[in-house]
Amino acid sequence: MSLHDDNKQGFIEWCKRGEPMIWMNAAAVTVSTLAVIGLLILLAVRGFGHFWPAAVMEAQYALPSEESVTVLAERVESEAVPIEQLLSAGFKIDTDDAFVDRELVKLGNRDVGGADFKWVISRYLNDVNYPKDAVVIERREWGNFYGYLQSVKEQGNVVASIEDGRAWDEFQSRVLRANEIHEKIKKIEKKDIGAINYRLEKLRLKSRGLEINTSMAEARREQVLADLAAERAELDAKYKVLQSELADLYQQWHRDSFTMKTASGQIKDQRIATVVQAYRPNGMSLVQKIGFYFVKFGEFLTDEPREANTEGGIFPAIFGTVIMVLIMSVLVTPFGVVAAVYLREYAKQGVMTRIVRIAVNNLAGVPSIVYGVFGLGFFIYFLGSEMDKAFFPEALPAPTFGTPGLLWASVTLALLTLPVVIVATEEGLARIPRNLREGSLALGATKAETLWRVVIPMASPAMMTGLILAVARAAGEVAPLMLVGVVKLAPSLPVDGNFPYFHLDQKFMHLGFHIYDVGFQSPNVEAARPLVYATALLLVVIIALLNLSAVALRNHLREKYKSLEM
Amino acid sequence: MNDVNEKAANFMTSDKSTVKAHAINMESLGRNRVEQSIHDEDITLTVDNLDLYYGEKQALFDVNMVIPRKKVTAFIGPSGCGKSTLLRCFNRMNDLVDSCRVDGGISLDGSNIYDKRVDVATLRRRVGMVFQKPNPFPKSIYENVAYGLRIQGINKKRVLDEVVERSLRGAALWDEVKDRLHDNALGMSGGQQQRLVIARTIAVEPEVLLLDEPASALDPISTLKIEELIYELKDKYTIVIVTHNMQQAARVSDYTAFMYMGKLIEFDNTDILFTNPSNKQTEDYITGRYG
Repeated sequence: MSLHDDNKQGFIEWCKRGEPMIWMNAAAVTVSTLAVIGLLILLAVRGFGHFWPAAVMEAQYALPSEESVTVLAERVESEAVPIEQLLSAGFKIDTDDAFVDRELVKLGNRDVGGADFKWVISRYLNDVNYPKDAVVIERREWGNFYGYLQSVKEQGNVVASIEDGRAWDEFQSRVLRANEIHEKIKKIEKKDIGAINYRLEKLRLKSRGLEINTSMAEARREQVLADLAAERAELDAKYKVLQSELADLYQQWHRDSFTMKTASGQIKDQRIATVVQAYRPNGMSLVQKIGFYFVKFGEFLTDEPREANTEGGIFPAIFGTVIMVLIMSVLVTPFGVVAAVYLREYAKQGVMTRIVRIAVNNLAGVPSIVYGVFGLGFFIYFLGSEMDKAFFPEALPAPTFGTPGLLWASVTLALLTLPVVIVATEEGLARIPRNLREGSLALGATKAETLWRVVIPMASPAMMTGLILAVARAAGEVAPLMLVGVVKLAPSLPVDGNFPYFHLDQKFMHLGFHIYDVGFQSPNVEAARPLVYATALLLVVIIALLNLSAVALRNHLREKYKSLEM
Repeated sequence: MNDVNEKAANFMTSDKSTVKAHAINMESLGRNRVEQSIHDEDITLTVDNLDLYYGEKQALFDVNMVIPRKKVTAFIGPSGCGKSTLLRCFNRMNDLVDSCRVDGGISLDGSNIYDKRVDVATLRRRVGMVFQKPNPFPKSIYENVAYGLRIQGINKKRVLDEVVERSLRGAALWDEVKDRLHDNALGMSGGQQQRLVIARTIAVEPEVLLLDEPASALDPISTLKIEELIYELKDKYTIVIVTHNMQQAARVSDYTAFMYMGKLIEFDNTDILFTNPSNKQTEDYITGRYG
């Protein structure tokens, strides 16, 4: 028989060799890989385009039988829509085409025109041009402002105007100055006054504690109360000083203002204090744009959110996610390992251990929201309020731990991921060769010594595998967190400079919840959409980073205890 | 001959209780000849009517024997005859098997090791064991040898250094590894690993060394080195070796026990057992007729 009899023979041979299986496997791998890459690319394109300084278009927009208006806007996206849709929406359109192009433009100026996004029909956009002096102003509130700079004023007096040509430079330097003052104000408000408030609250709790505590001698109580009063007076004095300093700064901050002309010719006077930054995208070179892009991206990573989370950065959410995952890991690893060691090494293998094992495996399949409900009901309402009664009676009725917070969120997620760690550790322990245990026992080691010195170190890579799976699951979990500690906006980070530095009772922000909140709970969905994608990609990246560090640690351990491959 | 007579005379005058207890078996087992030729003080381990069960299945049937001090005793027999099981009774390794049950007794220097008050860890320190497959820990060579001492709470570097060197020298490994004591032990060859395991075992200074087919996973050269090592070690330790290899038993041992189907068939001087076995089964086995 020749190697290639005919086509049909060849096909049957090909099947017999198992080639279809190989192709199917390869196809499955390819599809999965493409899906993951596609997902990341989609997130990256949709999300990271947001930071690019888009060109600002000026155009005449005249719908038939309507007066022409000037628009000054960024183009966001365009699409083709069936003409019926527009006709039924009340537009009068003079064409026979089945589809009409329309585009979404960002007009900004919410305080002037109402909505900052608008769909326009492309064919009615005339005289499109990109004026070099069009200014985009990012503001602390009301979103972006688009217009032309007219003049800069100091305490109401014009110091530079468009006519003398110094307006832009003067404006930029004053924006810089205002932002510096703003930084100082923020520092005083957050750090200095925050610390004083924190200490004042501690003092309040102390004196309240004295009121409750009836066992203390009267004289001693008087003494302590006097001390507290003195301390409070001192803090109050400090606070007054800061307060006057602040008032002064605020006055300086509000000194300058500027006027801008909108596309429709309206003149608007605003304080420079409201400006985050101003730029003229049409006049920027590519290098400047790239520089701008990275600065914006850096701000996204390191700043706090503004305007109901639709502007600014997401640093508190990143921080909250990471710290929660870390605390969870610290809780779940020892617990899971100890449980697995008992189950595998000490418990008598029988019906009971089998039932326990099945129960543990099933716990991994319980929907996460159920853990959230359990966390709320048991940890917060029961454990938390009992803790409050026992350790923080002076703060009652305000709860300390009897309310959702970082600790309970971490504990709930630790519980959620416990089965994964137990199962992985058990498998690791089962893989340690018997002859190594016997080797240790034969040298006069007890079972505990053998476990501690030989078995557990060798099973540590498996424990790391469990931890990796746990981290991957916990970092992406949102549903239970909504019940046990995550908030839309946390006023401060759970780690700060005030003793005891870690505030496990505080609520925190989380990237997963942030995505949900920005995407679906925000007043300005169009503005927030790119942030949803960017935040989602960032969440993926952070989980990947957390996992990679755990994987690196595991590989190191594997290298160290590689005898399993013998 | 003179020597034997002297031993016999000593035997007559010594305490005969151990012997008396098993007088019934003396006819049926080759053990009597060995026992009679050995002084009581020269006996390390005594096995009395040992029965061992794995669940319902009986693995050892009424074994009676003595292990002479500072001699090499070899156990031979076909696979599954119970020689490893018997060996593992000497340091109570069988305790690790849940379903294992032991009747009868083994005494080490006169005290029963299956007594409830015996601390198994201490027993195993006195009765060390080397397994068929080299099983060094995934640690450095140094830490492998120091392991038993660290378990005992000895952490002084000076002491450890000394013991590690002495043990490695004792296991004829020192010259090969002295420059890489802190390398991972898993990087060594199989034969070196097995000698390392022996070094690790003698580091805790046991009285008895149990070797469970120590050379069966090794190449001929490594096997030879292990055998030379056994020859050197018998000056200091009582050695019990299980082997599949009859030539090996003949080469290294002073006494040989032949086991079959969980029973001790014959136990005698190695020379006598191999040249003039008194039992038909023994003869069949050593002449290669079965097993």
